[in-house]
Amino acid sequence: MHPVSCRVRSVGRELADTFTLELDPPSDGWSFEPGQFTMLYAFGVGEVPIAISGDPGDSTRLVQTIRAVGPVTDSLTSVSPGDAVGVRGPFGSPWPTEVAEGRDVLIITGGIGIAPLRPLILDMLEHRHRYGNVTLLYGARSPDELLFADQLQEWRGRFDLDVLITVDHAGRVWRGPVGVVTSLISRASFDPESTVAFVCGPEIMMRFTIQELGRKGITDDRLYVSMERNMKCGIGLCGHCQLGRHFVCKDGPILSCAEMCGAFWTREV
Amino acid sequence: MNKPLVIDRAGVDALIAALIDRGYEVVGPTVRAQTILYDTITSTEDLPIGLRDRQEAGTYRLEERGDEALFGYVVGPQSLKKYLTPPGTVFWRGRRTESGFETVEEDESPRYAFFGARPCDVAAMKIQDDVYLPVGDGVYTERRARSFTVAVNCTEPASTCFCASLGTGPAVSDGYDIALTEVLSGEHHFFLAEAGTEEGAEVLSSLAARTARDEEIVGARRLVVGAADHMGRSLDTDGLKELLSANLTNSIWTEIGDRCLACTNCTMVCPTCFCSTVEDRQALDGSSAERVRTWDSCFTLDFSYIHGGPVRSSPGARYRQWITHKLSSWQDQFGSIGCVGCGRCITWCPVGIDITKEAAAVRERDIRRVKVGIQNVKEAIE
Amino acid sequence: MSEVFDLLADHPFFAGMTRDQIQVVAETGTMVSYHEGQTIFAEGTSATGPLLILSGDVGLELETPGHGPQVILTLHSGEFLGWSWLYPPYRWTYDAHVDSNTSAIRFDGPRLKEAAEVDPVLGYELMKRFTEMLVNRMQSIRIQLLDVYSSPR
Repeated sequence: MHPVSCRVRSVGRELADTFTLELDPPSDGWSFEPGQFTMLYAFGVGEVPIAISGDPGDSTRLVQTIRAVGPVTDSLTSVSPGDAVGVRGPFGSPWPTEVAEGRDVLIITGGIGIAPLRPLILDMLEHRHRYGNVTLLYGARSPDELLFADQLQEWRGRFDLDVLITVDHAGRVWRGPVGVVTSLISRASFDPESTVAFVCGPEIMMRFTIQELGRKGITDDRLYVSMERNMKCGIGLCGHCQLGRHFVCKDGPILSCAEMCGAFWTREV
Repeated sequence: MNKPLVIDRAGVDALIAALIDRGYEVVGPTVRAQTILYDTITSTEDLPIGLRDRQEAGTYRLEERGDEALFGYVVGPQSLKKYLTPPGTVFWRGRRTESGFETVEEDESPRYAFFGARPCDVAAMKIQDDVYLPVGDGVYTERRARSFTVAVNCTEPASTCFCASLGTGPAVSDGYDIALTEVLSGEHHFFLAEAGTEEGAEVLSSLAARTARDEEIVGARRLVVGAADHMGRSLDTDGLKELLSANLTNSIWTEIGDRCLACTNCTMVCPTCFCSTVEDRQALDGSSAERVRTWDSCFTLDFSYIHGGPVRSSPGARYRQWITHKLSSWQDQFGSIGCVGCGRCITWCPVGIDITKEAAAVRERDIRRVKVGIQNVKEAIE
Repeated sequence: MSEVFDLLADHPFFAGMTRDQIQVVAETGTMVSYHEGQTIFAEGTSATGPLLILSGDVGLELETPGHGPQVILTLHSGEFLGWSWLYPPYRWTYDAHVDSNTSAIRFDGPRLKEAAEVDPVLGYELMKRFTEMLVNRMQSIRIQLLDVYSSPR
């Protein structure tokens, strides 16, 4: 319930406004599941929900990727090694990997949405034999804004993972695919009757993606999205994160399209 | 539990004194600014003696009853959340250390005796228990555990009351330490006093109380049953959960949105509304910090702010969120309806929006029925 | 020839058209293939007819002075490449650059249009399908333009 003071080990700049913090974990043997988040506290400034973006198999460190968009995230991303950040958590529902066992998996993400999916990919690669074809489709605004570019490059080199990347705006140098991330779906290898899709990104992108996946025959009960709403507590107390009957902080952030029963498609819910 | 007892006004004073003796801060209804408000009391003199409240949509007035009734009114704009989750509570304090920061230990929570809590407010506490206790919220849990409740059964509902249709009143069923029912007729002025817990029984046994006679019990019960029969309003709860969740796109929300000022009164006076927000404070030298919890409302534009704007920007969408949460989603989240029928939201709405009327209007304009109706007409024509 | 017919008869784009109609279209088509790095057509050159991409990826590029070629959109298998053959001045409005080995069916634009004039029912069937594809492409491009990944700041 109280923020635990965690020492900052390193601060890495990923993109112009996006940083990855490596922290001491809040306690010995602290662990999390892919898709979960913590409430990070900048002493005296405030608290925000931030996705855990590290390897769930590594309990020696807590890795979180933050985009600086306001006073709290500005404060959190201007720390130096040796400073401390408050941590509460982990909170939220994880990506349901057990549902994906024995099936093809589509991981579709864009922008900073790849942050809560990196732990999932690392976890799945660690237990690769459990899944069928695994494909990562990633869209970014431009080639300069590909998050975890080095890791993407590494993953592209693997034979047991298909990585397809597209950008909205190519710029001068990029000769790879250009267009919305859904345009990559036809290049992925998957059985629509049984495939499970994990989707994370800006809400418009997720809505568009779900429609496309639905057209390809992936039913709502096999489509999982990571939702985001205003959060003040992370534990279902402050009421801010409600989406229909769900608290995004504890019933989510990962919800299946079947569970959301149309809340996703109703305006201003 | 034990047999009902009878005390007189002096006995009520003795009850208050006994609670103070036991270390409770006794809080009960008082009159201030022509309104019945909760405040610390030390005797029956502090109560709104001989006053009645006239409540209607957007209206609240106190008037003289012409008698010495201690509890001749129902509820004012405040509820017990004023004490259980006070706005402006510092729920965390920290100070900087060499290696980061540490938590500063909390002060002890106060011990309140809620005196004169109406059955709707007692029911509201049980509902809030389901919100706060599973999560282990320190502020609420401590105060709740250390509290004592003297409930007062209602014998004269206000026209805005509808507890009977929700099963939360006009009598308490459980969740109280002591329940009083005031009987005032001609020369007779006594209080039926019933213990709901062991501690309640203990406190009552320390007073000069006698066992109630059968006709006194019957008389008191009759008054309360009479109150149930005289409710000014009711809420039809049949299929309410599905009704609201199926009508999210009903045009009624835009119409209500045109009337609603989003002033947040309803959420402030509602005894079950629990939404909160946090303010962060820091000492000027940065050596210490506080996190302060304060009440929030889903009616504010900021409430659903994410990525540069509010998710619910129209007032109609915000009203829809409030009523759907209170009457429908709450059932999925906590297993009960979130409304206790106290009627405060109706009284304190400056434009008189009435939750019972709006729920009935949605039922009247249920889009599921319209769809079925259209289908029937189509089939009839074919 | 019959290879083209078989491919079109099986292709989802032509689902719902009669065998006769597909035969007429097939007669205007030839199998083609390109290797990675080739240019299928260049901006400003004569737009002779559409290509249906069977496999591979084709990037639509615009050459800008001082900036070299910029990719604006990538098309994948199942998509039609090229619309400028439909209307004057019948000139391609971008370069089509092969990103990965591509096999396609190239259609003779003028013959296709003549067949549609002669048989308006065939013409309408083709137009219905072409416009659906264009509408979908427009939706995707709109999302691209929205810049959904940029910072809320």
